[in-house]
Amino acid sequence: MNRQRIRLKVNGQAYDTLCSENATLLTLLREDLGLTGTKEGCGAGECGACTVILNGRPVNSCMVLALECQDSEVRTIEGETVNGGLSDLQKAFIEHNALQCGFCTPGMIMSARALLDKNPSPTREDICEALEGNLCRCTGYEPIIAAVLSAAGGEVNE
Amino acid sequence: MSEYKYIGKPVKRHDGVEKVTGQASYTGDLKMSGMLYAKMKTSEYAHAKILKVDTSEAEKLPGVRAVIDGRHGFAKLGIYMQDRSVIAMDKVRYHGEVVAAVAADDLETAERAIELIKVEYEPLPIIQDVREAVKPDAPLIHPDLGSYSHTVGVFFPKAGTNVANHMKLRRGNVEEGFAKSDVILENTFTQSQIFHIPLETHVTIVQWGAGDNIKIWCSGQSPFSVRDLFSIAFGVPRNNIEVNILYVGGGFGAKAGIHLEPLVGLLSKAAGGRPVKLVPTREEECSTLPCRQGLFARIKTGCSAEGRILAEEVELLWDAGAYADYGVNIGRASATSGCGPYEIENIKIDSLTVYTNHVFGTAYRGFGHPEVFFAVERQRDLMAAKLGMDPTEFRLKNLLYPGSRTVTGELITENTGRPDKCLKRVAEMIGLHNHYTDAEKAEMKRTGKYRGKAAAVLQKAPAMPTWAASSALVQMNEDGTVRISVSGVDYGQGTYTVLQQIAAERLNLPIEKISINKSVSTPISPYDWQTVASRMTVICGMAVADACDDLKEQILEMAAVVLRASKHEIAFGEGDVYVMQNPQYRVGFNKIAIGYVYENGNAVGGPLIGRGKAIAQGLTNLDPETGQGKAALDWTYGAHAAEIEVDTETGDIEVLQFASCIDVGQVMNEELMRGQIVGGVLQGLGCAKSEYVSHDASGRLLTRNFTDYKIPTFKDMPKKMMVDAVETPQLDGPYGARGCGEHPLISVTSVMANALANAVGVQFFDLPLSADRVYRRIQAGNSGPKLS
Ligand code: FES
Ligand code: FES
Repeated sequence: MNRQRIRLKVNGQAYDTLCSENATLLTLLREDLGLTGTKEGCGAGECGACTVILNGRPVNSCMVLALECQDSEVRTIEGETVNGGLSDLQKAFIEHNALQCGFCTPGMIMSARALLDKNPSPTREDICEALEGNLCRCTGYEPIIAAVLSAAGGEVNE
Repeated sequence: MSEYKYIGKPVKRHDGVEKVTGQASYTGDLKMSGMLYAKMKTSEYAHAKILKVDTSEAEKLPGVRAVIDGRHGFAKLGIYMQDRSVIAMDKVRYHGEVVAAVAADDLETAERAIELIKVEYEPLPIIQDVREAVKPDAPLIHPDLGSYSHTVGVFFPKAGTNVANHMKLRRGNVEEGFAKSDVILENTFTQSQIFHIPLETHVTIVQWGAGDNIKIWCSGQSPFSVRDLFSIAFGVPRNNIEVNILYVGGGFGAKAGIHLEPLVGLLSKAAGGRPVKLVPTREEECSTLPCRQGLFARIKTGCSAEGRILAEEVELLWDAGAYADYGVNIGRASATSGCGPYEIENIKIDSLTVYTNHVFGTAYRGFGHPEVFFAVERQRDLMAAKLGMDPTEFRLKNLLYPGSRTVTGELITENTGRPDKCLKRVAEMIGLHNHYTDAEKAEMKRTGKYRGKAAAVLQKAPAMPTWAASSALVQMNEDGTVRISVSGVDYGQGTYTVLQQIAAERLNLPIEKISINKSVSTPISPYDWQTVASRMTVICGMAVADACDDLKEQILEMAAVVLRASKHEIAFGEGDVYVMQNPQYRVGFNKIAIGYVYENGNAVGGPLIGRGKAIAQGLTNLDPETGQGKAALDWTYGAHAAEIEVDTETGDIEVLQFASCIDVGQVMNEELMRGQIVGGVLQGLGCAKSEYVSHDASGRLLTRNFTDYKIPTFKDMPKKMMVDAVETPQLDGPYGARGCGEHPLISVTSVMANALANAVGVQFFDLPLSADRVYRRIQAGNSGPKLS
């Protein structure tokens, strides 16, 4: 198998490694860099479990070739905690019971993070729009909306 | 309202931090040295003889370490009936069935090897419709059905047919009941199979080492059932098998029983004992792993002119798909709810679990009840309409009340739970009986968006063997904190948090001082049957309470020695014990947790370990001819109500408000309960509006990804969701509690179809109520929109 050199930054850390030509960013993160916080739910760009932030934009990492990320900046769930402390979003997810099995949670938080980066005070509709590509089979979504609203300092009415 | 300190209080879930940081470990996150990667070769036919499997080319590929097929995977598997082999032998019975598997150094090599495997088939006639499958001349999907081992006296396979089980329930005399009836109504209802869609697939790692030392890591709901069924399939002693469950990315029943562990185990064995990992793709999860059964239901109901149900005849034909190892029990258990929570004197229910050439079925949240209740609760609204009665009034007139008997003859008592209260409550919550004003009606006409409302009741008891038990250990740490070990799996329901609350209450210890094992490992974790059936809070909860009582007894014994007092003179503080009359004499748990040490160095006691157990009380096998007996550990009743708006231009249904009320006995943790209900209702709305498993004419599965099989997204949420609870204490439940994990999903489809009929007069007898189907039916309907 043809392995090629890839250099990129993940959560501010520089990596210089080899990966196979057809490896996805998701595989690079999980298998080669050992960053298993990002999950695979479909491998086909349909569930959002693998969402990471690539050069400032949320992407389904299962649909991006690793080699396309040469010299890129990637943010994953592992970079969401700051100095071991939980971020506002992470705290809000716990506070609002916005997770059950937790498998969608890393992708959900990264999508929400990308939204808040762009739009610090989203409405309920903005959130539904931005997170529509992230599937959750457990929570019924309601508490996730509440969590994102509250992390944005917005009004949470049930 | 309660006098409890921790029960019913807002305690946060125990697993939040690990899950929001991505640090929670799931089976798929594990990597082991020497680990191989597996891939499955699956059938392209829905029913065919396997003439030849040629693996020679695959074996030659560099990096391939094991290739197996039906010649290796002949061992029979199954929880209630052993009807499927690990790998298909001689013939395949569904499109997607495993015919061979490979383990290789990496996934790409495994994938290439799979392509090199050549299988020759001879197609056989296929059956896709249960009504065809039960005909006397139907081709047989399991010609050997008569020889399959199964739980005798509980299941009744019909050799020489496609009927894996026939469950009968008989009360009174239906013929007489119908003869006395003024109004008789008969309808049929059809529902397709449904996928569970846990976001994490059935990831499995197995190492079958020398000396038959077997280590399993799997995304499963039932560590001990995996061990048990693995042991039975291969004749390896239980002691040699270690099953480990880490965090699990959703189950919904899909991960109960045993799944890919034997297949991966055989690969590991063939590869000389190296660990092998299999991560099913989403497509494989849909096409190879089991789904929820489909159902064809026929209901005939007889009523008096005053609206009393006098007789009901129910025929349930379950589309079990190719195998029914779990399905037989769904057909059995759901029949015990076959007429809903109603008191009916004359009943005849026949529930047949039927083989077809579809993907096979297994447990799914609600265990047959969501399917049965679609039929039963649709039938109630249709009958009410025929009688010219208000559907709620009709239900209230016929529901079970203390003193009533269930379909299996069980007596309802004051402590059983109250469907009537739940129904009244949800009706109130959505304003079911507030009629639309003329202005509102005019607005509907103008916009073409018609609103409608409906309510429906629901019920379920845990469906399990009479002997299904739980156990728990509560051990004290050196500092006087405690740790709980159980083998129920918390895949997000919040079970562990509730168990912590139970222990905190019992031991009078702050919740932070109580931890619970986050992963289960059969060599060290205490036995539990399975994490299914909404049984955890109740049975595992009782086991934890029992273990805490045992620990307290040991604490008292130690304290009696140390404090030089009799046990009855000692009281519990928060983290210590003291002499009641003279509270200055006290000793902290930390001083006795692992033994008490006197000043001169003498020590007494030792580490404190509380052990507890619980098993359902008084359950019986049901009479084979009449189905009479005690089927239920506890009945959880409830009701849902919804107001919807149908866009007659598009057929699109929006849920304006949805109310749910369940008689949970005692609310243990309101936030977690709401989580179960909101999530379960949306899952039910998926079944109502978009989820549908479909096959082409040759039995090939068409819905194999999230594009073709649509589960609800953020955009499908009800606009307003209301949750309430009734609390009729269950006397043998922990602090009066009952389970409610599955119930939110039951009767969602019936409420939706009833509300649709209420809005536009279109009667659906099948699902889903997808926009295109609704639109077409509205267009075709000659009745025109009708308003209440
Ligand atoms: S795993 Fe990438 S979108 Fe589903
Ligand atoms: S919490 Fe399970 S899929 Fe979202």
